[in-house]
Amino acid sequence: MDLTTLTALELGAAIRRGEVLPEEAVQAGLDTIAAQGQNSFITLTGAQALEGARQIRSQPAESPLFGVPMAWKDNLCTCGVKTSCASRILGDYTPPYSAALVERLEQAGALSLGKLNMDEFAMGSTGETSYYGPVANPWDASRTAGGSSGGAAAAVAAGEVWYAVGTDTGGSIRQPAAYCGVTGMKPTYGAVSRYGLIAYASSLDQAGPIARSAADCAAVLDVIAVQDRRDSTSLAVKGGFLAGLTGDVRGVRIGLPVQCFGEGLDPQIHAAVLHAAEVLRARGARVEKCSLPLLAYGVPAYYILACAEASSNLSRFDGVAYGWRAEGCTSLDGLYTQTRTQGFGQEVQRRILLGTFVLSAGYYDAYYKKALQVRERMRQAYAAAFQTYDLLLTPVTASAAPRLGESLSDPLQMYLSDFYTVPVNLAGLPGLSMPCGFDNAGLPIGAQLTGPALGDLAVLNAAHAFQLETGYHRQRPGRGGAV
Amino acid sequence: MIWETVIGLETHVELSTRTKIFCACSTRFGGAPNTQCCPVCAGLPGALPVLNEGVLTYAVKAALVLGCAITRRSRFDRKNYFYPDLPRAYQISQLYCPIARDGEVTFSLPAGGHRTIRIHELHMEDDAGKLIHNPETGRTSIDYNRCGVPLIEIVTEPDFRTGEEVTAYLETLKERLQYLGVSDCRMQEGSLRCDVNLSVRPQGSTALGTRTEMKNLSSFRAILRAIAFESQRQIALIEGGGQVVQETRRWDEDQNASLPMRTKENAQDYRYFPDPDLPPIVLSDGWLARLWAEMPELAEAKRDRYRAQFGLSEADCKTLTSQRALAELFEQTAALGTPPKQAANWLLGPVLAQCSAHGLEAKDMRITPQMLARLIALVQTGGLNRSTAIEVLAALFTTGGDVDAYVSEHGLNQVCDADLVGEAVERVFAANPKSITDYWAGKEKALGFLVGQTMRALHDRASPQAVQAAVRKKLRQN
Repeated sequence: MDLTTLTALELGAAIRRGEVLPEEAVQAGLDTIAAQGQNSFITLTGAQALEGARQIRSQPAESPLFGVPMAWKDNLCTCGVKTSCASRILGDYTPPYSAALVERLEQAGALSLGKLNMDEFAMGSTGETSYYGPVANPWDASRTAGGSSGGAAAAVAAGEVWYAVGTDTGGSIRQPAAYCGVTGMKPTYGAVSRYGLIAYASSLDQAGPIARSAADCAAVLDVIAVQDRRDSTSLAVKGGFLAGLTGDVRGVRIGLPVQCFGEGLDPQIHAAVLHAAEVLRARGARVEKCSLPLLAYGVPAYYILACAEASSNLSRFDGVAYGWRAEGCTSLDGLYTQTRTQGFGQEVQRRILLGTFVLSAGYYDAYYKKALQVRERMRQAYAAAFQTYDLLLTPVTASAAPRLGESLSDPLQMYLSDFYTVPVNLAGLPGLSMPCGFDNAGLPIGAQLTGPALGDLAVLNAAHAFQLETGYHRQRPGRGGAV
Repeated sequence: MIWETVIGLETHVELSTRTKIFCACSTRFGGAPNTQCCPVCAGLPGALPVLNEGVLTYAVKAALVLGCAITRRSRFDRKNYFYPDLPRAYQISQLYCPIARDGEVTFSLPAGGHRTIRIHELHMEDDAGKLIHNPETGRTSIDYNRCGVPLIEIVTEPDFRTGEEVTAYLETLKERLQYLGVSDCRMQEGSLRCDVNLSVRPQGSTALGTRTEMKNLSSFRAILRAIAFESQRQIALIEGGGQVVQETRRWDEDQNASLPMRTKENAQDYRYFPDPDLPPIVLSDGWLARLWAEMPELAEAKRDRYRAQFGLSEADCKTLTSQRALAELFEQTAALGTPPKQAANWLLGPVLAQCSAHGLEAKDMRITPQMLARLIALVQTGGLNRSTAIEVLAALFTTGGDVDAYVSEHGLNQVCDADLVGEAVERVFAANPKSITDYWAGKEKALGFLVGQTMRALHDRASPQAVQAAVRKKLRQN
């Protein structure tokens, strides 16, 4: 049996039935990683995973994900395992504690193969800002896997792990999932504890699963979407996601915001997303066009707020107590300047400067405060839309995965490519990216489902309904080809 | 020209919660470096703050005794700056929506009369760590133990005119906060720190002059001297045709002078913005009502009541209420039936003497109202003489214990047996015939001598009144 073609739930079931040993699954994952060379990992913990697989044999397999190999994005703290945020400045940083969600999944029997590559501090849309080099897209090695959770999406797509946990501040789970043909979910803000997630923009960051099906994502959420006292922004979540997947979307009202189907959208993606709408309509959903004019303000508001928070969040990386420190500094200011100039990459520095500027005396009202107002209006606009619709369906990206080296030269263009994803973070809503087709070049296309706050189950269920009808999510690079 | 000094104060008070403001680490003072910190207060990547509700309670209580309006929906903001004692590189403070505003404090002045000053705001924030410089190695170490110790900052309006007003206000502030039990307000340990904003203007003018801010004021004496120095410096500057520069100055105790630290042009831009990790604090009516119910009677109110209710003197009232534990011991002892004046005399005399002998505050002694009431009752009924009672107090002061058990264990009950007293008197008279002749010769002093000798023969365990009576009786028989 080729274990790497199974979903996480299928593998979990095989392990529970005793047909597959956890260490066999770990070995299959490690072999795939060794064979790929797509740079999806920063740190491999294969030996620990094999050891863990042997140790958990005696434990009862309570979770459907028990014994299933997976991996963490490298901005999630793992006790005793290097956590670099793909930055030079944390290149030798080993946290003394694990993130809340890491603890929970480990208790559920997750076996981590290591830490996944990403854009430095989750800032970037192509994986190319990583200090450890970019991640290749499993469908076409000359293209990016997307970002910032590019390593996570590529590893799941290539069969290196059965699921991964990434983070999404402005699309960092959904966009790479779309580029790599896998399913990725950003839960409602507050559904998953941020304790131990190294912050980029605290009011937008949210961890979530990247997997091979919506059902896999639901199983992961069942473990990690739990209120946590250590995160004051954490919410009480009803849970029961996997059990709630009926696949029934009869009568579900789905809106297609016209602003998301206009100029600049690749016609093949346009067609693929409308096709997804048709599939859902065929299963009984009521699909119609709607309008959300405020979406156009998402990107500018997002980059002001995210950079402002980032400028503060990343100030702690100063070379004093931990992390990388520049050599030969003779003054305190010199130590700060040299450590941060040499320790952070260009994109991170650009966003720190931008954020510092918008919070500066005299500019706060014109930028930061205004952006907060836009955000509030955006929340209200979504809330109004969800009076009429249960879900919104949009593209995830305007085009398929770009070629490596194509985007970095034009940061503004890169920022604008987040048009479909950032408004969801600004409003704190659940958003899911699911494979819905392939373009002429054989590259995957994603569709995004957005729900109201704490409507995570409705989002997952619609994606599950779509995946019951279609096989895009089961397509693997080099195995099936374009549909 | 006659000049007027205008002063406003920013006072930082460390709250005495057991744990820190955003984590469960201990706030104990003086622990070994870096033994009281965790990922949260050490600012490790990924760690998040969670507000300690005790800090909120203490801050609101403090705001209430300063007559402030409580903000029903307040918020934390980040104050961003780089310094090695600040591991997150931002302090969590409150700029835009502080927990309380618009207070008013009336206090009496040492020279007589009262003064009222307005409180601009009170806000919560966390303390930074401490840098320890080693002059021998030239190296600097960092101790994070103090990181995250809760502070409130109390900002007044520029309502003070003299240094004496400032220290009188601080005394009142200290007394109220200590009474509430929200802070120990120890300036030496840094749990009360004060910055002075000062400007001068011609008497009668209503416009404010350019102010300076003085830091590093570690005692009331330093505050008084710094205010005197700085107002003279500013007046001399203006009278000499110069201008005051808006700047932060450091008070140098040794040089007895304030020295420039940084000017307004070099002022940092702290880039305050709402902390996204901490949701707004919303206070309900019920929560505030419960807090009101927990508020103790303050010293000022107790003083007035003691004067009216027990007829105690102004000075005695002041001392009795100077520490909340002392006032409570007084009230509870009186409530057990001890005459209030007696209770007051015991507290102001022997009890406070023991406190200072042991270097303890009233809250740290182990004397309970029951113990004190029993001691006083024993003296009153003649079961114990006063000096023995004081010995018992001293013996049980730091340990506590049952008064009656101690007295009987150590055989301290007074000798009431008339025969025993009579025998002692016989022995003393036999040994001192000259004193008897002296007495009859009109030397009253001889009586005292005979009584003293008899008391000594009885090891001081008899009632002096009873001994005196026995001696007089015997003299009459001679």
